[in-house]
Amino acid sequence: MTNNNAKTARYWQTLLAGLWRENPVFRLLLGMCPTLAVTAAVKPALTMGCCVIFVLLCSNIIVSLMRNLLKPHLRILMFTLTIATFVTIADLFLKAFVPRMSEMLGPYVPLIIVNCIIICRAEVCASKNGLAVSIIDALGMGVGFTLTLCVLASIREILSTGALFEIQIIRLSSQGGWFVPWAAMSMPVGAFITLGLILGLVNKVAGRKA
Amino acid sequence: MDTLSILLMGFISIVVVNNLVFTKFLGICPYLGVSGRIDMAFGMGMAVTFVVTLSGTMTWMIDNWILMKLGLEVTRYVCFILVIAGAVQLVEMYLRKFFPSLYESFGIFLPLITTNCAILGLCLFIDLWGIHSLLEAVVLSFGAGIGFTMAICIMAGIRENLDLADVPDCLKGAPITLITAGLLAMAFMGFAGMIR
Repeated sequence: MTNNNAKTARYWQTLLAGLWRENPVFRLLLGMCPTLAVTAAVKPALTMGCCVIFVLLCSNIIVSLMRNLLKPHLRILMFTLTIATFVTIADLFLKAFVPRMSEMLGPYVPLIIVNCIIICRAEVCASKNGLAVSIIDALGMGVGFTLTLCVLASIREILSTGALFEIQIIRLSSQGGWFVPWAAMSMPVGAFITLGLILGLVNKVAGRKA
Repeated sequence: MDTLSILLMGFISIVVVNNLVFTKFLGICPYLGVSGRIDMAFGMGMAVTFVVTLSGTMTWMIDNWILMKLGLEVTRYVCFILVIAGAVQLVEMYLRKFFPSLYESFGIFLPLITTNCAILGLCLFIDLWGIHSLLEAVVLSFGAGIGFTMAICIMAGIRENLDLADVPDCLKGAPITLITAGLLAMAFMGFAGMIR
Protein backbone atom coordinates (compact mmCIF):
# COMPACT_ATOMS: atom_id res chain seq x y z
CA MET A 1 0.00 0.00 0.00
CA THR A 2 2.74 2.44 0.97
CA ASN A 3 4.63 1.44 -2.13
CA ASN A 4 1.57 2.31 -4.16
CA ASN A 5 1.26 5.67 -2.44
CA ALA A 6 4.88 6.51 -3.04
CA LYS A 7 4.40 5.67 -6.71
CA THR A 8 1.38 7.94 -7.02
CA ALA A 9 3.23 10.73 -5.26
CA ARG A 10 6.12 10.36 -7.69
CA TYR A 11 3.75 10.56 -10.68
CA TRP A 12 2.19 13.75 -9.33
CA GLN A 13 5.57 15.24 -8.68
CA THR A 14 6.70 14.47 -12.24
CA LEU A 15 3.53 15.97 -13.66
CA LEU A 16 3.73 19.14 -11.60
CA ALA A 17 7.46 19.62 -12.20
CA GLY A 18 6.77 20.39 -15.87
CA LEU A 19 4.13 22.95 -15.00
CA TRP A 20 6.12 25.18 -12.68
CA ARG A 21 9.25 23.94 -10.89
CA GLU A 22 10.97 22.83 -14.10
CA ASN A 23 8.82 24.72 -16.58
CA PRO A 24 10.70 24.29 -19.87
CA VAL A 25 10.55 27.91 -20.99
CA PHE A 26 10.64 29.92 -17.76
CA ARG A 27 12.99 27.81 -15.64
CA LEU A 28 15.09 25.74 -18.04
CA LEU A 29 15.19 28.26 -20.93
CA LEU A 30 14.60 25.53 -23.49
CA GLY A 31 12.77 25.83 -26.78
CA MET A 32 13.04 29.59 -27.05
CA CYS A 33 12.79 29.80 -30.86
CA PRO A 34 9.17 28.62 -31.24
CA THR A 35 8.27 30.44 -28.04
CA LEU A 36 9.24 33.73 -29.62
CA ALA A 37 8.15 32.98 -33.17
CA VAL A 38 4.60 31.67 -32.88
CA THR A 39 3.26 33.79 -30.04
CA ALA A 40 1.98 36.76 -32.05
CA ALA A 41 -1.56 35.38 -31.53
CA VAL A 42 -3.17 32.73 -29.34
CA LYS A 43 -4.44 30.38 -32.07
CA PRO A 44 -1.08 29.54 -33.68
CA ALA A 45 0.46 29.30 -30.20
CA LEU A 46 -2.13 26.73 -29.16
CA THR A 47 -1.66 24.74 -32.36
CA MET A 48 2.08 24.75 -31.86
CA GLY A 49 1.62 23.63 -28.25
CA CYS A 50 -0.56 20.71 -29.32
CA CYS A 51 1.99 19.63 -31.93
CA VAL A 52 4.74 19.71 -29.31
CA ILE A 53 2.64 17.67 -26.85
CA PHE A 54 1.98 15.06 -29.56
CA VAL A 55 5.61 14.78 -30.64
CA LEU A 56 6.90 14.80 -27.06
CA LEU A 57 4.46 12.07 -26.00
CA CYS A 58 5.19 9.79 -28.97
CA SER A 59 8.95 10.23 -28.86
CA ASN A 60 9.05 9.68 -25.08
CA ILE A 61 7.03 6.45 -25.48
CA ILE A 62 9.28 5.12 -28.26
CA VAL A 63 12.52 6.13 -26.54
CA SER A 64 11.36 4.64 -23.26
CA LEU A 65 10.47 1.34 -24.97
CA MET A 66 13.79 1.02 -26.78
CA ARG A 67 16.00 2.40 -24.03
CA ASN A 68 17.61 -0.97 -23.34
CA LEU A 69 18.56 -1.53 -26.97
CA LEU A 70 20.38 1.79 -27.43
CA LYS A 71 24.12 2.00 -27.86
CA PRO A 72 25.45 5.11 -26.07
CA HIS A 73 27.19 6.67 -29.07
CA LEU A 74 24.20 6.20 -31.38
CA ARG A 75 21.74 7.47 -28.79
CA ILE A 76 21.36 11.06 -29.97
CA LEU A 77 21.04 10.01 -33.60
CA MET A 78 18.23 7.58 -32.76
CA PHE A 79 16.44 10.25 -30.70
CA THR A 80 16.65 12.72 -33.56
CA LEU A 81 15.38 10.24 -36.14
CA THR A 82 12.44 9.25 -33.91
CA ILE A 83 11.55 12.89 -33.37
CA ALA A 84 11.89 13.73 -37.07
CA THR A 85 9.49 10.93 -37.97
CA PHE A 86 6.79 12.12 -35.59
CA VAL A 87 7.26 15.75 -36.62
CA THR A 88 6.70 14.70 -40.25
CA ILE A 89 3.45 13.01 -39.16
CA ALA A 90 2.31 16.13 -37.28
CA ASP A 91 3.24 18.38 -40.22
CA LEU A 92 1.35 16.27 -42.76
CA PHE A 93 -1.65 16.15 -40.42
CA LEU A 94 -1.71 19.95 -40.12
CA LYS A 95 -1.32 20.38 -43.88
CA ALA A 96 -4.25 18.06 -44.52
CA PHE A 97 -6.75 19.26 -41.93
CA VAL A 98 -5.88 22.90 -41.08
CA PRO A 99 -4.02 24.17 -44.16
CA ARG A 100 -4.46 27.82 -43.15
CA MET A 101 -2.79 27.26 -39.79
CA SER A 102 -0.06 25.18 -41.41
CA GLU A 103 0.71 28.07 -43.76
CA MET A 104 0.81 30.53 -40.87
CA LEU A 105 3.21 28.43 -38.79
CA GLY A 106 5.36 27.73 -41.86
CA PRO A 107 8.75 26.23 -41.15
CA TYR A 108 8.29 26.41 -37.38
CA VAL A 109 6.45 23.06 -37.36
CA PRO A 110 9.39 21.12 -38.85
CA LEU A 111 11.63 23.12 -36.53
CA ILE A 112 10.13 21.14 -33.63
CA ILE A 113 12.79 18.55 -34.60
CA VAL A 114 15.53 20.74 -33.18
CA ASN A 115 13.42 21.98 -30.27
CA CYS A 116 15.69 21.30 -27.30
CA ILE A 117 12.77 20.41 -24.98
CA ILE A 118 12.03 17.18 -26.77
CA ILE A 119 15.58 15.90 -27.05
CA CYS A 120 16.23 17.02 -23.46
CA ARG A 121 13.28 15.00 -22.14
CA ALA A 122 14.32 11.98 -24.21
CA GLU A 123 17.81 12.17 -22.77
CA VAL A 124 17.01 13.11 -19.18
CA CYS A 125 13.79 11.22 -18.57
CA ALA A 126 12.66 8.71 -21.19
CA SER A 127 16.00 6.97 -21.69
CA LYS A 128 16.25 6.24 -17.96
CA ASN A 129 12.66 5.63 -16.82
CA GLY A 130 9.81 3.24 -17.50
CA LEU A 131 6.82 3.82 -19.74
CA ALA A 132 4.45 5.33 -17.16
CA VAL A 133 6.86 7.94 -15.82
CA SER A 134 7.89 8.89 -19.36
CA ILE A 135 4.30 9.41 -20.47
CA ILE A 136 3.48 11.52 -17.42
CA ASP A 137 6.66 13.53 -17.80
CA ALA A 138 5.85 14.19 -21.47
CA LEU A 139 2.33 15.35 -20.56
CA GLY A 140 3.59 17.63 -17.78
CA MET A 141 6.32 19.20 -19.86
CA GLY A 142 4.09 19.50 -22.94
CA VAL A 143 1.24 21.13 -21.04
CA GLY A 144 3.68 23.42 -19.23
CA PHE A 145 5.14 24.50 -22.57
CA THR A 146 1.68 25.05 -24.10
CA LEU A 147 0.48 27.11 -21.14
CA THR A 148 3.59 29.28 -21.33
CA LEU A 149 3.05 29.87 -25.04
CA CYS A 150 -0.59 30.78 -24.41
CA VAL A 151 0.25 33.24 -21.61
CA LEU A 152 2.82 34.98 -23.79
CA ALA A 153 0.55 34.92 -26.84
CA SER A 154 -2.47 36.34 -25.03
CA ILE A 155 -0.42 39.26 -23.67
CA ARG A 156 0.95 40.01 -27.13
CA GLU A 157 -2.36 39.56 -28.94
CA ILE A 158 -4.29 41.80 -26.57
CA LEU A 159 -1.68 44.55 -26.70
CA SER A 160 -1.20 44.40 -30.47
CA THR A 161 -4.81 44.07 -31.66
CA GLY A 162 -7.07 44.34 -28.62
CA ALA A 163 -8.39 40.87 -29.38
CA LEU A 164 -8.18 37.40 -27.89
CA PHE A 165 -8.67 34.31 -30.09
CA GLU A 166 -9.40 36.86 -32.85
CA ILE A 167 -12.49 38.05 -30.92
CA GLN A 168 -12.41 41.79 -30.26
CA ILE A 169 -12.57 42.45 -26.52
CA ILE A 170 -11.31 46.03 -26.35
CA ARG A 171 -12.74 48.65 -28.71
CA LEU A 172 -10.04 50.23 -30.84
CA SER A 173 -9.63 53.96 -31.15
CA SER A 174 -10.39 53.73 -34.86
CA GLN A 175 -13.86 52.44 -33.93
CA GLY A 176 -14.53 55.01 -31.23
CA GLY A 177 -12.95 53.16 -28.29
CA TRP A 178 -9.99 54.26 -26.18
CA PHE A 179 -7.40 51.61 -27.09
CA VAL A 180 -4.64 52.42 -29.55
CA PRO A 181 -3.21 49.12 -30.87
CA TRP A 182 0.44 48.63 -30.06
CA ALA A 183 1.77 47.40 -33.40
CA ALA A 184 5.29 46.75 -32.12
CA MET A 185 3.92 43.95 -29.94
CA SER A 186 3.17 41.73 -32.95
CA MET A 187 6.71 42.25 -34.27
CA PRO A 188 9.96 40.61 -33.12
CA VAL A 189 10.59 43.52 -30.71
CA GLY A 190 7.45 42.71 -28.76
CA ALA A 191 8.35 39.03 -28.57
CA PHE A 192 11.82 39.61 -27.12
CA ILE A 193 10.80 42.29 -24.65
CA THR A 194 7.64 40.54 -23.40
CA LEU A 195 9.52 37.30 -22.79
CA GLY A 196 12.35 39.19 -21.08
CA LEU A 197 9.98 40.98 -18.71
CA ILE A 198 7.98 37.80 -17.95
CA LEU A 199 11.22 35.94 -17.16
CA GLY A 200 12.15 38.78 -14.81
CA LEU A 201 8.76 38.53 -13.10
CA VAL A 202 9.05 34.74 -12.76
CA ASN A 203 12.52 35.12 -11.24
CA LYS A 204 11.17 37.64 -8.76
CA VAL A 205 8.22 35.44 -7.69
CA ALA A 206 10.33 32.27 -7.53
CA GLY A 207 13.09 34.08 -5.63
CA ARG A 208 10.67 35.26 -2.96
CA LYS A 209 9.29 31.76 -2.38
CA ALA A 210 12.70 30.13 -2.09
CA MET B 1 18.61 41.98 -63.28
CA ASP B 2 21.79 40.09 -64.02
CA THR B 3 22.91 37.21 -61.86
CA LEU B 4 25.51 39.16 -59.90
CA SER B 5 23.10 41.79 -58.64
CA ILE B 6 20.52 39.12 -57.72
CA LEU B 7 23.19 37.34 -55.67
CA LEU B 8 24.33 40.58 -54.05
CA MET B 9 20.76 41.55 -53.17
CA GLY B 10 20.13 38.09 -51.76
CA PHE B 11 23.25 38.31 -49.62
CA ILE B 12 22.44 41.74 -48.16
CA SER B 13 18.84 40.72 -47.64
CA ILE B 14 19.73 37.63 -45.57
CA VAL B 15 22.44 39.43 -43.57
CA VAL B 16 20.58 42.56 -42.47
CA VAL B 17 16.96 42.65 -43.68
CA ASN B 18 15.93 39.06 -42.97
CA ASN B 19 18.53 38.39 -40.28
CA LEU B 20 17.77 34.93 -38.90
CA VAL B 21 18.18 35.90 -35.26
CA PHE B 22 16.26 39.18 -35.20
CA THR B 23 13.41 38.55 -37.61
CA LYS B 24 13.00 34.76 -37.71
CA PHE B 25 13.95 33.95 -34.08
CA LEU B 26 16.29 31.16 -35.16
CA GLY B 27 19.33 30.14 -33.16
CA ILE B 28 18.17 31.85 -29.97
CA CYS B 29 19.57 29.14 -27.68
CA PRO B 30 23.26 29.59 -28.58
CA TYR B 31 22.54 33.28 -28.94
CA LEU B 32 21.62 33.48 -25.25
CA GLY B 33 24.11 30.81 -24.18
CA VAL B 34 27.47 31.79 -25.65
CA SER B 35 27.15 35.54 -26.13
CA GLY B 36 28.93 36.17 -22.82
CA ARG B 37 32.40 36.81 -24.23
CA ILE B 38 33.26 38.20 -27.62
CA ASP B 39 35.96 35.69 -28.60
CA MET B 40 33.71 32.73 -27.84
CA ALA B 41 30.86 34.39 -29.69
CA PHE B 42 33.06 34.88 -32.75
CA GLY B 43 34.24 31.26 -32.65
CA MET B 44 30.66 30.03 -32.45
CA GLY B 45 29.67 32.33 -35.31
CA MET B 46 32.49 31.01 -37.53
CA ALA B 47 31.62 27.38 -36.77
CA VAL B 48 27.94 28.04 -37.56
CA THR B 49 28.84 29.87 -40.78
CA PHE B 50 30.89 26.92 -41.94
CA VAL B 51 28.30 24.28 -41.12
CA VAL B 52 25.38 26.32 -42.45
CA THR B 53 27.10 26.92 -45.80
CA LEU B 54 27.93 23.24 -46.15
CA SER B 55 24.55 21.90 -45.07
CA GLY B 56 22.51 24.56 -46.89
CA THR B 57 24.22 23.63 -50.15
CA MET B 58 23.99 19.91 -49.56
CA THR B 59 20.33 19.92 -48.56
CA TRP B 60 19.50 22.02 -51.65
CA MET B 61 21.24 19.49 -53.87
CA ILE B 62 19.61 16.51 -52.18
CA ASP B 63 16.20 18.16 -52.20
CA ASN B 64 16.24 19.27 -55.85
CA TRP B 65 18.23 16.54 -57.49
CA ILE B 66 17.17 13.44 -55.55
CA LEU B 67 14.02 13.88 -53.44
CA MET B 68 11.98 15.90 -55.96
CA LYS B 69 12.96 13.63 -58.85
CA LEU B 70 11.85 10.56 -56.94
CA GLY B 71 8.79 12.16 -55.33
CA LEU B 72 10.09 11.52 -51.81
CA GLU B 73 9.35 14.96 -50.31
CA VAL B 74 7.78 13.24 -47.29
CA THR B 75 11.20 12.16 -46.06
CA ARG B 76 12.57 15.70 -46.40
CA TYR B 77 12.90 16.48 -42.68
CA VAL B 78 14.55 13.18 -41.85
CA CYS B 79 17.05 13.67 -44.70
CA PHE B 80 17.79 17.28 -43.71
CA ILE B 81 18.54 16.43 -40.10
CA LEU B 82 20.75 13.53 -41.19
CA VAL B 83 22.69 15.80 -43.55
CA ILE B 84 23.21 18.40 -40.82
CA ALA B 85 24.32 15.82 -38.25
CA GLY B 86 26.65 14.34 -40.88
CA ALA B 87 28.08 17.74 -41.82
CA VAL B 88 28.80 18.57 -38.19
CA GLN B 89 30.46 15.19 -37.69
CA LEU B 90 32.56 15.74 -40.84
CA VAL B 91 33.68 19.22 -39.77
CA GLU B 92 34.57 17.87 -36.35
CA MET B 93 36.72 15.06 -37.77
CA TYR B 94 38.40 17.33 -40.31
CA LEU B 95 39.26 19.99 -37.72
CA ARG B 96 40.57 17.45 -35.23
CA LYS B 97 42.90 16.01 -37.85
CA PHE B 98 44.18 19.13 -39.59
CA PHE B 99 43.63 22.08 -37.24
CA PRO B 100 43.93 20.68 -33.71
CA SER B 101 44.37 24.13 -32.13
CA LEU B 102 41.18 25.44 -33.75
CA TYR B 103 39.40 22.25 -32.70
CA GLU B 104 40.47 22.80 -29.09
CA SER B 105 39.12 26.35 -29.10
CA PHE B 106 35.71 25.31 -30.46
CA GLY B 107 35.37 22.64 -27.77
CA ILE B 108 31.78 21.78 -26.90
CA PHE B 109 30.25 24.16 -29.47
CA LEU B 110 30.80 21.90 -32.45
CA PRO B 111 28.46 19.02 -31.47
CA LEU B 112 25.95 21.58 -30.16
CA ILE B 113 25.59 23.06 -33.64
CA THR B 114 23.52 20.04 -34.72
CA THR B 115 20.61 21.26 -32.63
CA ASN B 116 21.05 24.90 -33.62
CA CYS B 117 17.72 25.76 -35.17
CA ALA B 118 19.30 28.41 -37.41
CA ILE B 119 20.75 25.68 -39.60
CA LEU B 120 17.69 23.48 -40.09
CA GLY B 121 15.63 26.69 -40.26
CA LEU B 122 17.72 28.07 -43.11
CA CYS B 123 17.46 24.80 -45.07
CA LEU B 124 13.67 24.96 -44.67
CA PHE B 125 13.49 28.64 -45.61
CA ILE B 126 15.52 28.03 -48.78
CA ASP B 127 12.95 25.41 -49.67
CA LEU B 128 10.06 27.75 -48.75
CA TRP B 129 11.35 30.74 -50.72
CA GLY B 130 11.65 28.53 -53.80
CA ILE B 131 15.31 29.17 -54.59
CA HIS B 132 15.98 27.66 -58.00
CA SER B 133 19.70 28.00 -58.60
CA LEU B 134 22.48 26.29 -56.72
CA LEU B 135 24.61 29.45 -56.67
CA GLU B 136 21.86 31.45 -55.00
CA ALA B 137 21.40 28.73 -52.38
CA VAL B 138 25.14 28.80 -51.60
CA VAL B 139 25.18 32.60 -51.28
CA LEU B 140 22.09 32.61 -49.06
CA SER B 141 23.50 29.92 -46.77
CA PHE B 142 26.79 31.76 -46.42
CA GLY B 143 24.97 35.05 -45.81
CA ALA B 144 22.85 33.45 -43.10
CA GLY B 145 26.00 32.37 -41.29
CA ILE B 146 27.52 35.84 -41.58
CA GLY B 147 24.28 37.36 -40.30
CA PHE B 148 24.31 35.04 -37.28
CA THR B 149 27.97 35.87 -36.57
CA MET B 150 27.23 39.57 -36.76
CA ALA B 151 24.22 39.32 -34.44
CA ILE B 152 26.03 37.23 -31.83
CA CYS B 153 29.14 39.48 -31.89
CA ILE B 154 27.09 42.67 -31.45
CA MET B 155 25.33 41.01 -28.53
CA ALA B 156 28.59 39.83 -26.95
CA GLY B 157 30.01 43.34 -27.20
CA ILE B 158 26.97 44.78 -25.47
CA ARG B 159 26.97 42.10 -22.78
CA GLU B 160 30.60 42.73 -21.90
CA ASN B 161 29.63 46.31 -21.09
CA LEU B 162 26.39 45.22 -19.45
CA ASP B 163 28.40 43.47 -16.74
CA LEU B 164 29.36 46.90 -15.45
CA ALA B 165 25.79 48.19 -15.43
CA ASP B 166 23.47 48.14 -12.44
CA VAL B 167 20.76 45.69 -13.52
CA PRO B 168 17.89 44.79 -11.12
CA ASP B 169 18.50 41.38 -9.53
CA CYS B 170 15.52 39.61 -11.05
CA LEU B 171 16.45 40.72 -14.57
CA LYS B 172 20.06 39.51 -14.43
CA GLY B 173 21.16 36.94 -16.99
CA ALA B 174 18.68 35.79 -19.61
CA PRO B 175 15.91 38.39 -19.11
CA ILE B 176 18.12 41.43 -19.69
CA THR B 177 19.73 39.69 -22.67
CA LEU B 178 16.30 39.14 -24.20
CA ILE B 179 15.31 42.77 -23.63
CA THR B 180 18.58 43.92 -25.23
CA ALA B 181 17.88 41.59 -28.15
CA GLY B 182 14.47 43.21 -28.45
CA LEU B 183 16.03 46.67 -28.72
CA LEU B 184 18.52 45.36 -31.30
CA ALA B 185 15.65 43.81 -33.25
CA MET B 186 13.95 47.21 -33.23
CA ALA B 187 17.11 48.78 -34.63
CA PHE B 188 17.28 46.14 -37.35
CA MET B 189 13.66 46.84 -38.27
CA GLY B 190 15.02 50.02 -39.78
CA PHE B 191 16.38 47.90 -42.64
CA ALA B 192 12.98 46.35 -43.36
CA GLY B 193 11.58 47.28 -46.72
CA MET B 194 15.02 48.09 -48.11
CA ILE B 195 15.00 44.92 -50.19
CA ARG B 196 12.05 42.52 -50.40
